Amino acid sequence: MKRPGLWGLLAEFDGPTALVEAAAHVRDRGYTRVDAYTPFPVETLDEALGVRRNVLPFLVLAGGIVGCVGGYFMQWYAMGVDYPFNVGGRPLNSWPMFIPITFEVTVLVAGLTAVIGMLALNGLPMPYHPLFNVPRFALATRDRFFLAIEARDPRFDRRQTADFLRSLGAREVSEVGR
Amino acid sequence: MSTADTPRTSAPAPVIEPGHTFASITDKISAIVLTRRTTLAWLIGFALSASLLGVLIVSITWLLVAGVGIWGINIPVGWGFAITNFVWWIGIGHAGTLISAILLLLRQEWRQSINRFAEAMTIFAVMCAGLFPLLHMGRPWFFYWLMPYPNTMGLWPQFRSPLVWDVFAVATYFTISLMFWYIGLIPDFATLRDRSQSRAGRVAYGTLAMGWRGSARHWQRYETAYLLLAGLATPLVVSVHTVVSCDFAVTQLPGWHSTIFPPYFVAGAIFSGFAMVTTLAIPLRAIYGLEDFITERHLENMAKIILVTGLIVTYGYMMEAFMGWYSANPYERYVQWDRLVGAYGPAYWALILCNVVTPQVLWMKRARCNPVVLFVVALIVNVGMWLERFVIVVQSLHRDFLPSSWGMYYPTIWDWATFAGSLGLFLTLFFLFIRFMPMISIFEMRTILPEAEVKEPA
Repeated sequence: MKRPGLWGLLAEFDGPTALVEAAAHVRDRGYTRVDAYTPFPVETLDEALGVRRNVLPFLVLAGGIVGCVGGYFMQWYAMGVDYPFNVGGRPLNSWPMFIPITFEVTVLVAGLTAVIGMLALNGLPMPYHPLFNVPRFALATRDRFFLAIEARDPRFDRRQTADFLRSLGAREVSEVGR
Repeated sequence: MSTADTPRTSAPAPVIEPGHTFASITDKISAIVLTRRTTLAWLIGFALSASLLGVLIVSITWLLVAGVGIWGINIPVGWGFAITNFVWWIGIGHAGTLISAILLLLRQEWRQSINRFAEAMTIFAVMCAGLFPLLHMGRPWFFYWLMPYPNTMGLWPQFRSPLVWDVFAVATYFTISLMFWYIGLIPDFATLRDRSQSRAGRVAYGTLAMGWRGSARHWQRYETAYLLLAGLATPLVVSVHTVVSCDFAVTQLPGWHSTIFPPYFVAGAIFSGFAMVTTLAIPLRAIYGLEDFITERHLENMAKIILVTGLIVTYGYMMEAFMGWYSANPYERYVQWDRLVGAYGPAYWALILCNVVTPQVLWMKRARCNPVVLFVVALIVNVGMWLERFVIVVQSLHRDFLPSSWGMYYPTIWDWATFAGSLGLFLTLFFLFIRFMPMISIFEMRTILPEAEVKEPA
């Protein structure tokens, strides 16, 4: 029943509680191409939508390890190998003195990974998205809560899905063009 | 504001005045940027700040032409105002990170309305701070020699030196703070994009928002990233002033060579930073009518932190003096004694008055909740912390081991002009920030409303 030109359906809800309940029902019905849009992070929405935990913490851990090893290596190589500088016979690999910079580089690389990783996983920057075609969607950054079901969802049916969304207490259901 | 008509309870004042909704918060904060007329106060403030910025530009230009000799620095006092200002500014930055990262991890909801401009303060303060070591190098155009890169000279920075640690610490701190601030702003930029009436506003905020649309999946990763950044920034903020204190403590100079420096510097940083946050918050809430969002509770909490960190700093002063005597080292003893009665004694006693005596007013709840009193105390603490850094830098340097190498430091007009100019840079950036960016985090304010909670189905 998919029609070209239709991205999906967008349902508008008044509050986070209504949205979370609706999301849970939509998921129970077997819809999979579903996402919610809220003006702030809503606590139990992830579970209701069945969003799995993300991989970002592991990426950040990897970034931290790269920063830590890389930061230490840089100092060890510079001070011990490339330009050995004997200060009163002290060891060239004077590790306690290398800790502060190792720590700073660890934090720097881990932090950059967190930010760039978050943006990349979210697919941002994304200048265009079909949802921006819906004028009321501007309220998603103010005080409205939206639930969208994409047309490529196997269970999607233009009329039945819209009726179903209305039955969940949506204030308004709009079609989203591409 | 009076609570006389309500019965006294142990419950603290609210972090947001009752009656607000998601929409009213959004509209009120975004209106400051989008629709309200630019106030006369803003224009006058901006004009004054920009004039001071002009002073900075003239000072730097003359510095580049004539060299660091235009300052009062000499041998033995090679650091002078430049490093005093550096330590002062970087310390101010610390409160922003403390509010945004540590209070986030501690789930202190009251931080939501002050974290955004405190973070902005951090970034601008670190920019001012970074300026001074650069200018103090004498040949700032060779600043990149501080960076480790393969070069034709076959040299590396000396990684065992705290001065090089400082480069890494401050650069990391600036980068992380900037990212933290920007990440926090993305959802609010999206709000401004969606609410802006002008095409220029939509394009500018739309670009900055990068297409944010508040998807649940995005929010999940966003919150993960935000929390991880907070976790990373928390030890970072402690490390930065620790490294700065190592610039002093690792040397053997009497008055500097002390193990109390790292904690004492970190506490002093938070002390001066909260004083600066308070200095900025009190006029902002009055001029922009933000008493609903920055309530008495915020003022009181900040006052308490100023009081506590002030006591830690006081302990630091006492220990410094005690250890000077207890070390039985004649040089240490002399430097401590000279601090009290020597040429820079008045500066020392002034800082004791500003940092130790004045904050004691804040034991009284009435003083903590009175914006005028708190503002004055905060201003005095700002001055006191600057004096503290001045005494640590200048007084210690001007008396080292050999009387033959003793000398006085007198700041020149250019020292003062550069310092005043850095205030101009800070204030100019801050004025631009409050005009063009939401000074309170809109999306985080929404989360503290009772409606934001998902109610369990009965």
